[in-house]
Amino acid sequence: MNNSFLRISIWVYLAIFFLYLLGPLVIMSITAFNSSGFPRMSPWECLTFQWFGELFQDQRILNGIKNSLIIGLGTVVLSVAMGLAGALMLTQIWPKLRATYYTIIIAPILIPGVVLGISTLVFWDRINRMLGLGADSFLSNGIFLTVIGQSTFIASYCMLVLVARLQRYDIALTEAALDLGASHAQAFRKILLPFMRPAIASAAVLAFLASFENYNTTTFTFGEYPTLTIELAQKVRYGITPAISALAFIIVALTVFFALLNEAKLKRQKLVAAARKNATVEELAGKIKLPSFFAGNAAAVLVVVFAIATITVVGTATAYDPGQCIADVREQKQLEAEQRIQQLREQREERRKQREAEEAEQGGAQSTPKPSNNSGFGNVFAPNSLGGDESESDDGSSEADPAPSNNSGFGNVFDPNSLQNDD
Amino acid sequence: MSAGVGVDLEKLWIRFGDFVAVRDANVNINGGDFFSFLGPSGCGKTTILRAVSGFLEPSEGKVLIGGNDMRGIGPNKRPTALIFQNLALFPLMKVWENITFSMEIKGASAAERRKRADELLDMIALPGQGDKLPSELSGGQRQRVAIARALCAEPDVLLLDEPLSALDLKLRQHMRTELREIQQRVGITFIYITHDQGEALTMSDNIAVMRAGVIDQIADGKTIYNDPNTAFAASFVGENNVFRGKVKQVMGNEALIATNRSGDLVARISTANQGKMKEGDDAMMFVRPEAFAIAPDGASGDHFVTARVNHEEFEGNVFNIFTEGEGGKEIKVSIPNHGQSFEDHTGQNITLEYETHNAVVVPAGELAAE
Ligand SMILES: Nc1ncnc2c1ncn2[C@@H]1O[C@H](COP(=O)(O)OP(=O)(O)OP(=O)(O)O)[C@@H](O)[C@H]1O
Ligand SMILES: [Mg+2]
Repeated sequence: MNNSFLRISIWVYLAIFFLYLLGPLVIMSITAFNSSGFPRMSPWECLTFQWFGELFQDQRILNGIKNSLIIGLGTVVLSVAMGLAGALMLTQIWPKLRATYYTIIIAPILIPGVVLGISTLVFWDRINRMLGLGADSFLSNGIFLTVIGQSTFIASYCMLVLVARLQRYDIALTEAALDLGASHAQAFRKILLPFMRPAIASAAVLAFLASFENYNTTTFTFGEYPTLTIELAQKVRYGITPAISALAFIIVALTVFFALLNEAKLKRQKLVAAARKNATVEELAGKIKLPSFFAGNAAAVLVVVFAIATITVVGTATAYDPGQCIADVREQKQLEAEQRIQQLREQREERRKQREAEEAEQGGAQSTPKPSNNSGFGNVFAPNSLGGDESESDDGSSEADPAPSNNSGFGNVFDPNSLQNDD
Repeated sequence: MSAGVGVDLEKLWIRFGDFVAVRDANVNINGGDFFSFLGPSGCGKTTILRAVSGFLEPSEGKVLIGGNDMRGIGPNKRPTALIFQNLALFPLMKVWENITFSMEIKGASAAERRKRADELLDMIALPGQGDKLPSELSGGQRQRVAIARALCAEPDVLLLDEPLSALDLKLRQHMRTELREIQQRVGITFIYITHDQGEALTMSDNIAVMRAGVIDQIADGKTIYNDPNTAFAASFVGENNVFRGKVKQVMGNEALIATNRSGDLVARISTANQGKMKEGDDAMMFVRPEAFAIAPDGASGDHFVTARVNHEEFEGNVFNIFTEGEGGKEIKVSIPNHGQSFEDHTGQNITLEYETHNAVVVPAGELAAE
């Protein structure tokens, strides 16, 4: 009795936890497929893939992705190299200094990214000037600065990952290599590096992700090479479209895919290792055929399901035409809008009459606030409407508003289409 | 070359800060010898080996290999190969790649390496196992791979740091003979480190007994067993009964010892101490359990000890009798089993007898911990 209550609470807790964790992502992903001009899940208008098309026609986004990839690669190379050097140093350094050294090298993680960005900019600008180079020199290049700036703290992350593996390294292996005639460089390349390879791979993935999503530091250093996050931030400033949801969906899908792929690979290695323990070489060679790739490997099955789903969706997208649906919805919207405008006019008329009556009573000393017109902002910023009708402004601030958005305080401000219509 | 390359340590000191790990070691190891360093844990054996292989520079003194001073020559340039205490096989390389690592360094082709690996795998009795990973081998097999890897580098001197310590008893005994055979086949100098006196005695041409950084004695196994220099060597190598006391009288190479609890006993002065011991010196007399025999009751004299039997134990090749002499002095006696009938003495008083040349006197000193 008590026990089952506990179990139920755990499930409820888990459900809430995952809802909190994944809910926003799921909702955002769904909005990418709604034809509504503002990213929303309801009211559901039409299933559409147009936002993906729009996304891939947006030169700034594409350029941002390109810059992010270049900078990500640069950061991976620099951070992993510095992280490895730092980690090796940590194991070599005089034991008494180790704690101090560790603190110093971890410090960049604790320093706000903004500070790192500014200091990178200032520091390299000084150096640039000291060397007497112009504003277009390599040292003030956005890609160089961003890579350097991000690496200041990403290298520390890498070092943490690498140190963990390095601590499991038996220094006797290097000694054995030296003893067998290897030079220090050979021992490093042939023994230590292969041992560190899995950790280097993890560190590289980590560094790439950290670089890709970084905003704080990059915002000071990007110069003429805005990264994806920078572009997104600038875009959102002018209004958010479902094309951004589409991008989010792609990123989420890729993440899930690679996570599953990795899981499948690990699981497979485990299965192979288990098989090796009680099977001869010939048996094994026969065993590792494709079907057994799935045996007891749920992740592998999911990867395949995922791939099939992707193919299906892309196939549907190319064949599917939501044109008719969108036209219907638009018509309906226009109707609603006209009704609404009508309604507003009546309201305004009524108010004016009321006010005129009041002014006539008071003698009309005050200046009349200008009644706001059919601007894109609707009536939200007009003091009248703010005071007059609170429910209107509330509507505008909630994204998942179930009421039709045309009635909201923001009007269609985030919808480029409607902006054009109104003007 | 036929005699192999010798190794000499001259006045070797190794310090870690204030701590002296090796104190004034002087050792001459002949080329082609199987030489062992024997001593308890932490006495500096590994340290000496690391100085020979080049991982440690001596604080003072010299390491000579084949007569050449090795100062400033790194481990990768010395004609030595070390088998590490934990083997240090490369975990990510297959067995054959492990074995031929030294060839890979020199740029040998994969085909050459495979061929050599197969030869060595045959030699260590692991044919066809080259494609396994070290983690897929048993402890004894790994051991042999480590030996093959070191031999593949064609060293003049092979250094082995307690390579058998991780193995179970049966395998250890088997590997002892195998190691000795390999050494005789390849004819190079082996320097072997162990804290197991059985290992040292069975395999070595010569043994150095070490105690806390100091070498007490260098000799062949028989000498060390029968004629120890120090109390430590006498108590560390094999089992021994110790009688403490003072020298009462020196008679040539023999001495009469006034023991603390067992009366006056006579014994031979160990060779290294002959002429150095005089009356009144603190001394220790050692008699091995198997050197005692049960004497007829009532016998007395300077090579008889009386004792009461506490309990007895049958070990197969010997009967062990645990007795208590006067004043609670514990004495162990081992009577060889050659099928004779053996009566139980438990609770009885017996007289023990030894022959003078089987009892050894050395100056009083530190004993090996039990
Ligand atoms: N790098 C070092 N720094 C300080 N002290 C050390 C160092 N290496 C060894 N020692 C000390 O030197 C002494 C001898 O160590 P060594 O490793 O030679 O012992 P060992 O005889 O090989 O012991 P074991 O049989 O346990 O392997 C030990 O007391 C050890 O603490
Ligand atoms: Mg050791």
